[in-house]
Amino acid sequence: MIVQNIFFWVLALAMVLGAIGVVRSQNVVHAALYLVVVMAGAAAQYILLAAEFVAWVQVIIYIGAVIILFLFGIMLTRAPMGGDTKLDNDQRWPAAVVSVFLAGVLGALLIDAFGKKEIVISGAKGEQLLQVGKAGHLADSIFTAYVVPFEVVSILLLAALVGAVVIARRD
Amino acid sequence: MPHMTLALEIGWGTTLAIKTLLVLAIIPVGALILGYTFLLKMMSHMQSRLGPMDPGGFHGWFQLVGDGIKFLQKEDIMPAESDRRVFAMAPAIVVISTFLIFLVVPTGPRLVVKDLDVGVFYALAVSSLSVVGVLMAGWASANKFALIGALRAAAQLIAYELPLLLAVVGVVIQAGTMSLQGIVGAQVDGSIFGFSGLGNPFILTQFVGFFLFLIAAQAELTQTPFDMPVAESELVAGYMVEYTGFRFLFFFIGEFGTAFAFAALAATMYLGGWAIPGVTGGMADLLGPLVLFVKLMGVAFLMFWVRFTYPRLREDQLQAVAWKYLIPIGLLNIIVTAIIKVAV
Repeated sequence: MIVQNIFFWVLALAMVLGAIGVVRSQNVVHAALYLVVVMAGAAAQYILLAAEFVAWVQVIIYIGAVIILFLFGIMLTRAPMGGDTKLDNDQRWPAAVVSVFLAGVLGALLIDAFGKKEIVISGAKGEQLLQVGKAGHLADSIFTAYVVPFEVVSILLLAALVGAVVIARRD
Repeated sequence: MPHMTLALEIGWGTTLAIKTLLVLAIIPVGALILGYTFLLKMMSHMQSRLGPMDPGGFHGWFQLVGDGIKFLQKEDIMPAESDRRVFAMAPAIVVISTFLIFLVVPTGPRLVVKDLDVGVFYALAVSSLSVVGVLMAGWASANKFALIGALRAAAQLIAYELPLLLAVVGVVIQAGTMSLQGIVGAQVDGSIFGFSGLGNPFILTQFVGFFLFLIAAQAELTQTPFDMPVAESELVAGYMVEYTGFRFLFFFIGEFGTAFAFAALAATMYLGGWAIPGVTGGMADLLGPLVLFVKLMGVAFLMFWVRFTYPRLREDQLQAVAWKYLIPIGLLNIIVTAIIKVAV
């Protein structure tokens, strides 16, 4: 457990530094690249939580697609090549208030919900109680217990996709 | 056949170091083998090029050594307007993405760095990281040609990631697992119409997927006919245009190393990987790497054959091939595979 704890704090520190980089960066491309660090850190945290499949989904969706689209959009429209642009405004104080408030609410909620809960990983005889997040287990629960929400989300995404095509069509 | 076991007791730290060094060595070695065999020799034969066949006498064997020495001599140039840190990091990210693919490719029953439960999915996820490196390179170069090349690359790589995934889903459905070791096992244990002597290489049942995978991999590698991002007659060298010497060599090794990795993945998923009929146990561990190498060279031959034969697609044709043909065919392949899987 000690090793996991050390890795957790190292990753958490990297993610926080990356997040500070995102908001403090004067260059919009740099901000997007710092976001890659935060996303990769989140994926690594999932691996620490034994949620392997979710971790690689995080990599392929957020780093492989979302960030690429961010960068693509930025570079296609207003990529400040060479030299920095001033990306700053006068909303430091409101932003600080909102983020402290959010951190407080979320932190209090998480501590209230899970603070006293201890997750038993191995039993008295040393056997593994907690199943490592294999893709098979995830698929089993998606297609049995959660099949209705899953299908509803699918239809919602399909509707959004059709809507995007309708809006983008010229005729 | 005598059953051999390797009874070596080594700690996890040593194992980790050995594995890391092996994978680190595979990328340049694989890239050089592909570059030498196909780029220098096969292309020279097919296109009647005299240059690469000349240095050193016999079949121009010295050409690659000469190229290597040339690259190391080149001056390391950074454009004055470039974003220096991003410019320097970009080639490393491309090579790291290639490095990570090799971690799950099995070369024997026990010879695999880490047989992940989500093996194939992991391989495709980390291979998509290279796009970030390409975009960084194109933007940080502060060069119009480089930026256009990077944007073309990003659009192309995102479009062709879908057919690549869809092609693999067919194999995953048939094998019932995403682990590459499990996929090899399913092919070894399978049978063709009740005849189990040869196993069931998935190329027989998933040949549609195999061709989808090869076409999509060709596009992911930005090789001709999908080489719009590096089209030399339009963009000089695309996102690599400002890179010289050692940094350019990194991109080169990344490109051919990824070709090596994709060929290995295709050989593992469709041609039975390290397995050949009749070889099991310790012998398979011994012969596995060689068998996989022969198979992946066969796949790589197909990929480079196409590369040296066909002209370049236009940008709209390139997108049309992905969205109008490959993705519907991939979805159809999944539906048919799923129906047969459930019915049989």
